[in-house]
Amino acid sequence: MESLPLWEVFIRSKQGLHHKHVGSLHAADAEMAIENARDVYCRRNEGVSIWVVESKYVTASNPEDSESLYDPAKDKIYRHPTFYDLPDEVTHI
Amino acid sequence: MKNLTFEERFEARVKADEKIEPRDWMPEAYRKTLIRQISQHAHSEIVGMLPEGNWITRAPNLRRKVALLAKVQDEAGHGLYLYSAAETLGIDRETLLEQLHTGKAKYSSIFNYPAISWADIGAIGWLVDGAAIMNQVMLCRTSYGPYARAMVRICKEESFHQRQGYEIMLTLSRGTEAQKAMAQDSLNRWWWPSLMMFGPNDAESTHSAQSMAWKIKRKGNDELRQQFIDVTVPQAEFLGLTIPDPDLKWNEEKGHYDFGPINWEEFWEVVKGNGPCNRERLQARVKAHEEGAWVREAAIAHAKKVAERKQETLSKAS
Repeated sequence: MESLPLWEVFIRSKQGLHHKHVGSLHAADAEMAIENARDVYCRRNEGVSIWVVESKYVTASNPEDSESLYDPAKDKIYRHPTFYDLPDEVTHI
Repeated sequence: MKNLTFEERFEARVKADEKIEPRDWMPEAYRKTLIRQISQHAHSEIVGMLPEGNWITRAPNLRRKVALLAKVQDEAGHGLYLYSAAETLGIDRETLLEQLHTGKAKYSSIFNYPAISWADIGAIGWLVDGAAIMNQVMLCRTSYGPYARAMVRICKEESFHQRQGYEIMLTLSRGTEAQKAMAQDSLNRWWWPSLMMFGPNDAESTHSAQSMAWKIKRKGNDELRQQFIDVTVPQAEFLGLTIPDPDLKWNEEKGHYDFGPINWEEFWEVVKGNGPCNRERLQARVKAHEEGAWVREAAIAHAKKVAERKQETLSKAS
């Protein structure tokens, strides 16, 4: 038998916050995925909004590429406020 | 980290308490062990609904009934969190279910014991969920990310299960003589199987040492069992019930309870399929799966039809 496709579920826990990935589930279509996500991931007021996306449409970065992707940011300490020396007398900055 | 092999890099990450994620390289044996353990855990949640489901329509009042319904629904949810965690390792849901239905995969042996009285619903919540929580709290720190995250969610929800069970035991043990006797009888039957839930002694446990090294498990079976006994004995005393172990005694020197020998022969018999309810449980699962097949087929057919209609409307419009 054909199987139900896999969906990734994202929940906004309260108004004003980002949707966050909480897990996955199987459903025939998007509507059913939302209904299932409500039952599986929102039994205790965990959310005010649900996103679902079929897992096959998610493109993920490859862990093997982490050096080339993230290392360039490591030595750019001048991107952080603490890099700049200011005298103590200067306030509110 | 330049000249390390994949294996060495993996070992180093586990050693540094870094989580392993689905797309990270992992040894095949680690993957296999996780699939076995997580799916076994998922199956336990699903089969665990069966002994309790029977009591939903027989709950003594509405308060107990809504609590039991919510608990059983949680267990379905926990099974689903765990199945999807297992699926991140590259095994699909159908294969997992097939392994359960053909008896290739195991589930916790505790669910092969029958729930024959209302007090059993109390004892299951208090003892069986209590023992499960000990194990699950430890698994919140397991080395595989999706499993650890599922566990955190489960632990948050599981505490109500144990409290509702203990409340049932408390009500019965403060009730009539007959109710108190029912609670005692239930403790007598569930105590030893609950201790067996932690698995064989570490020395005899096939997978324990490797699982500890990979930080899939963070505590040994014996340590968890002892921890469970130490916290549960005072709870039984508070209920005024007697734990069915004549050797149970506080050991001042060790700071732990000493307890009598566990009947491992019984444990292995139940694992092998010869417990009181093994056949019944599997039959119920297979029946539910087969009788639900038309629903899954209909859902897929409906989704296809809706998608086709949408496509037609779009092409007409253009």
